[in-house]
This record gives sequence, C-alpha cells and structure tokens, in this order.
Amino acid sequence: MKITQGQFAFLPDLTDVEIGKQVEYALDKGWAVSIEYTDDPHPRNVYWSMWGNPMFDLADPAGVMMELEACRREHDGKYIKVMAFDSAKGWEAVRMSFIVNRPKHEPGFELIRAEGEGRSVHYTLRSYSSSHPRVS
Amino acid sequence: MTILAEVHDETVDLQALYKQAGINETIETLDRELVGLVPVKTRIREIAALLLVESARRALGMQASPPSLHMSFTGNPGTGKTTVAQRMAEILHQLGYIRRNHVVSVTRDDLVGQYIGHTAPKTKEILKKAMGGVLFIDEAYYLYRPENERDYGQEAIEILLQVMEEKRDDLVVILAGYKDRMDTFFKSNPGMSSRVAHHVDFPDYGAAELLSIAERMLEKMNYRLDGPAEQALSDYIERRMRQPHFSNARSIRNALDRARLRQANRLFAGRGAPVDRAALETITAEDIRASRVFSQ
Repeated sequence: MKITQGQFAFLPDLTDVEIGKQVEYALDKGWAVSIEYTDDPHPRNVYWSMWGNPMFDLADPAGVMMELEACRREHDGKYIKVMAFDSAKGWEAVRMSFIVNRPKHEPGFELIRAEGEGRSVHYTLRSYSSSHPRVS
Repeated sequence: MTILAEVHDETVDLQALYKQAGINETIETLDRELVGLVPVKTRIREIAALLLVESARRALGMQASPPSLHMSFTGNPGTGKTTVAQRMAEILHQLGYIRRNHVVSVTRDDLVGQYIGHTAPKTKEILKKAMGGVLFIDEAYYLYRPENERDYGQEAIEILLQVMEEKRDDLVVILAGYKDRMDTFFKSNPGMSSRVAHHVDFPDYGAAELLSIAERMLEKMNYRLDGPAEQALSDYIERRMRQPHFSNARSIRNALDRARLRQANRLFAGRGAPVDRAALETITAEDIRASRVFSQ
C-alpha cells in the first residue's frame, strides 16, 4: 500500500532531478531544508529521526542531494522525507514536506478493533512495519 | 545553465559563442579595474578559452568529463587573491561552469572542529553552503599541521579531497596563501596537489602600479590628490615598500585611510572659515607627509 503523506504523494515518485528542482524552489524562498527518516509511517508519527541538522544558508540543491544520497545509502529500506522550514515571522513552520524514499514493499496498516463498554468498538491503526522494527 | 551553441554543418562559431557568453565584457572590466597582475589575467583568459572550446565540443556531441577547475592562488598579502576569486566566480558562472555566482570564503576555523567527531559535520556544512559556486579557502596551509599528528585538520583535508573529486561539477575550490607555505602544503599533501589543476602565482606590485591602485581607490571614495600630494604619495610608496610588513594594496588602503583621517582633522582644526567642495575632496601633501613612514 503506497503511503500518501505530504506533497506530491498522489503523483508517481519524484526523480532525483525533480527533487532537486523542488529543493531549489525552497532554497530560493530562503527556507532551511532538512532530511528525516523513519520506519514507522503512521500518520500520527510526527517524530521522524533527523538526518543531520537542518541545512541553513544553502545556495544550491547540490548540498541537499549529497545528504539525501548519504541518507539513502544508510536507510534504503525506510521512508525518507525532505522538509523546508520557513523562519519568517508569522510562519515559523514547515512549508514543504514530501517523501523521497520508500521501502520496496510497503506493508501498510492494521485496523485494530478494541471492544469497549456496552459492546462499543474503538478503532485504531497500527503500522505493520512497527511490529517488525528494522534495526540499523 | 549551459551555453547553447548553434551548430551549422558541423562547425561552431567560437566568436559568436564568446560574445553570447558576455565573457568579453567581464574580462575587459577585469583588465580595466585590476592593475598589473599580468600572469593572473593570462591564466584567466586561458581558462575562459578552455571552457569555451569545451562547450563548442559539447555542441558537436563530443563527450568528455568536465575539466577540473580547482585552483591555487599563491602570493603575498594584498596582491588581490580574494578580489580575483570573486571575479573568477563571475567568469565561471557566465561560462556556465558553475550554477551560482557566489563565493564562500573560509579559513581553518570554519572547517576544523575542536573535538573528535566535530570536524566532519563542520566541513560538510561549509561544503554544502558553497556548492554550486566557489569555495575560497584562505591560508589553506593552516589546515595541515605536521607538528601535531592528531590534529583534526587532516580529517578536513580528506573530506575536502573526496568532495573535490566526486562533486567536480558542483563545486570549484580555490586555495589561497603565501607561496612558500603553500608549496610545503602541497608537498606534504600529494593528493591535494594532484587535484588542483591550476596554480596561479600573484606577483608583487611595482611602485607605479601601487600609485595607480591608490588613485583608483581615491576615485572610488570621491577624493583626489593635488599636485604635491601625488608626489608625496609616490615618495610614501617608495619608502613603505622598503619597510617590514608591507602588504601591497592593503598597506596602500590603510595609508589612504590614515590620510583621510588627517585631512578631516586638518579641516576640523581650521573650522572658523567655511569649507568648500574642493577642500573637502582634496588630500594635500601635508596629510601624507605627516605619516610616520617619513619620520623614520
């Protein structure tokens, strides 16, 4: 099941050239680009691991692409996303976020039903991948 | 950005390519604005020609890996290494060799960390900032400290070498420093020496060149010298060149700044009378002759 989170999620996966162009757009806007990865793509999982510090004061996407390459080498079977943070007053938020790497096989989610009081049922999601966490 | 050459029957018009790149004007401004430095200008022309022919070859479908353009600028202080690095970025950008017209200027402190594991991220951060443009490492020989074998400078050099080799089309590295110390640096780092294709030596300026540099500086600051002051300045240069710690154009800039200070003081001391435009912009002989260079 293809995870659809962030920008461009409903498009075919971006090529490296396209990723570079998106990063260039962010850099031209003066946003700081960062790379994060995780093995648990649960939509409520907001704490992805950081791949190095956010990259401030870059002029060209080549630096980000170099880091992305390094991150892919180490975490190939995981989800990797690129984010752009806008520090302008009033925004101070992530303005762009898109997935640039995903495992070959995406196991998707399990729907868990929890029986409650009076035969009520509570539903929750659990990503299959987190039941077999990858060690690396 | 690449230069698109028009191909007619397998011929390429180099002149048209030359004009199209706007490289002519840049080299002419370089000629006009920088005094002397003949070997440097020659080398810049050669590099421009190389890149131009390279794009012509590409237009005819001759594939070759991009030429390596890492450079080393050697010369005494104040001979214009930093200024030329800025111009070099401009020229390389116009020729489409680098994507951005920017120079990131660093020294040892920006690259080398203070404890184990600090150097690699620090160096990489700088490299990422410089990518797409020019990385200018001033006094590069400080990176290598043979007297301390656990110095982290070596680590920075290794990362630098790796990126210089792998990301040749993303980054141009310019190393700068004094001639003799750079020579030692290259001798003890053969890997670095073999990856730097262009060694450009900046000669010292002669007295006449320094005078003309001084005049250009004054013109930019909207000052002018009167007749005797010009003579005084050329005497000053003669004397200053013989003294220790002479750093070419930088010494001249400092001397002019001090002359401005004295001129301002002189005008302020006689503030009873109104001052006209000519007085405000003229530096006289006494402003220059008051220098300690003349009293020694």
